Amino acid sequence: MLRLVDLVKQYKTGDKALKSVNLEVPNGQVMALIGPSGAGKSTLIRCVNRLVEPTSGKIFLDDTELTTLSQGQLRRARRKMGMIFQEYALVERLTVMENVLSGRLGYVPFWRSYFRKFPQSDIDEAFRLLARVGLDHMVDKRADELSGGQRQRVGICRALIQNPQLLLVDEPTASLDPKTSRQIMRLIRELCAERKLSAIINIHDVLLAQMFAERIVGLQLGEIVYDGPPDGLTPDVLTQIYGEEDWEATISKVEDEDEEAA
Amino acid sequence: MTAAMGTGGRQWKRPPLIKSPLLRWGLVVGGAAYLAVVFGTMDVNWSRVADGFPRGQRFLASFFPPDFVSRAADIWEGILESLWITIISTVFGILISIPVGLGAARNLAPRPVYLLSRAILAISRTFPEIIIALFAVKLFGFGPFAGFIALSIGTIGFYGKLLAEDIEDMDPGQAEAVKATGAGWFQWLNYAVQPQVMPRMIGLGMYRFDINFRESAVVGIVGGGGIGATLLTSFDRYEFDSAAAILLIIIGIVMAVEYSSSYIRKWVQ
Repeated sequence: MLRLVDLVKQYKTGDKALKSVNLEVPNGQVMALIGPSGAGKSTLIRCVNRLVEPTSGKIFLDDTELTTLSQGQLRRARRKMGMIFQEYALVERLTVMENVLSGRLGYVPFWRSYFRKFPQSDIDEAFRLLARVGLDHMVDKRADELSGGQRQRVGICRALIQNPQLLLVDEPTASLDPKTSRQIMRLIRELCAERKLSAIINIHDVLLAQMFAERIVGLQLGEIVYDGPPDGLTPDVLTQIYGEEDWEATISKVEDEDEEAA
Repeated sequence: MTAAMGTGGRQWKRPPLIKSPLLRWGLVVGGAAYLAVVFGTMDVNWSRVADGFPRGQRFLASFFPPDFVSRAADIWEGILESLWITIISTVFGILISIPVGLGAARNLAPRPVYLLSRAILAISRTFPEIIIALFAVKLFGFGPFAGFIALSIGTIGFYGKLLAEDIEDMDPGQAEAVKATGAGWFQWLNYAVQPQVMPRMIGLGMYRFDINFRESAVVGIVGGGGIGATLLTSFDRYEFDSAAAILLIIIGIVMAVEYSSSYIRKWVQ
């Protein structure tokens, strides 16, 4: 469904963030992208919706080639890709409802969005989503009044109300405490299952990646060095992705979690 | 272990701003010398200053008591005209400075638009309002229209520059997130940029209103209409008590704007 072919990104400074990445994400798959800081995880997902322009290579979403789209076509393609951010990236001075409805901006004309006159179906869907994440009593709160976990839930609603086929998730838990992190990851996982969404989740917490993703891709210096199931992350593999370290503790903990969950 | 470290403690000093001690002390000494020379060449005639004190006192005394009554009709008319100039030049200036300010924000505008907008801002800030007013008076004749033009141009330079800088300082994360939804450019402005800059811009609008009111008095003195013209007339007629009344009214209005602006700014935050 999403296919990257020989994707290269070289920044103006000369840094090669992505060196010919080939990757295919089938329908409904939740994939975690792990790797050290600077491996190119963020660049990769931003190339998909062209917040960062790729240097060369092709990106296909179903049959649409994303890298050659005009501005207008790109806007229509972006509606199909919901994005969730590390620091939530809510517009802080807008209300929760406005933030969620901003996910419909690609679908409504300017005057409707300017006067906040969204179609009733959009408003219904916004209430449904907010109820789903447990925030329907907070619609008129300003985004900067919410806690981190609440903000991220609003961010998830904003992405989902786009009615996307694909979620691009950039370090969703990096600013959250461990418990909230798990809740957010679980929520993303459940919502992807409910709506049959594919997702690429950038995450540097290996444990969370193993717990919540069905496939793990390890990126190192712009190259894919691992692509396989979560339980294939052996100490050798982790050393290959991150460098030398004692990985036994990380891995054994995952098994404990699974037993707890079962 | 602590004992061992106590004896051979390593020295630490905050690294100086300017590395070379020669340059550092050279700048200090040079600066002091320059100030001394400047003061030395100012050439104040102290006996003239001593003479001046009683004269200044007499001048100030002639302001009291302020006379609000004998020229009340003129003062009232002048104030109304000044307020009119202030309001429309503030509104008009801000309306024009929005597109110019958007164009002058580097993170929004393409390079040529950026350079053009910055040029417009630079030019309109180069000339003080009073120079523009002199020019406008020559162009349109005496009266409030000249004052309105002068203050509008001043407002564009001020407000456009600060708007552009506020946009350049906005949080790119929020802007990126709204762009990622597939929003159009105007929707993006309305949802991502406007909420971030609005409170500050409302505060600056109030501040510019305040400046324009004070400037309208200055601009009036060169023929731009308003309370400045009334003030000039009263000085010309040696009616210092009426002039004092006008000054007090200006102070009162500026203070009223000051208090209400800090209240409004708190409210819009």
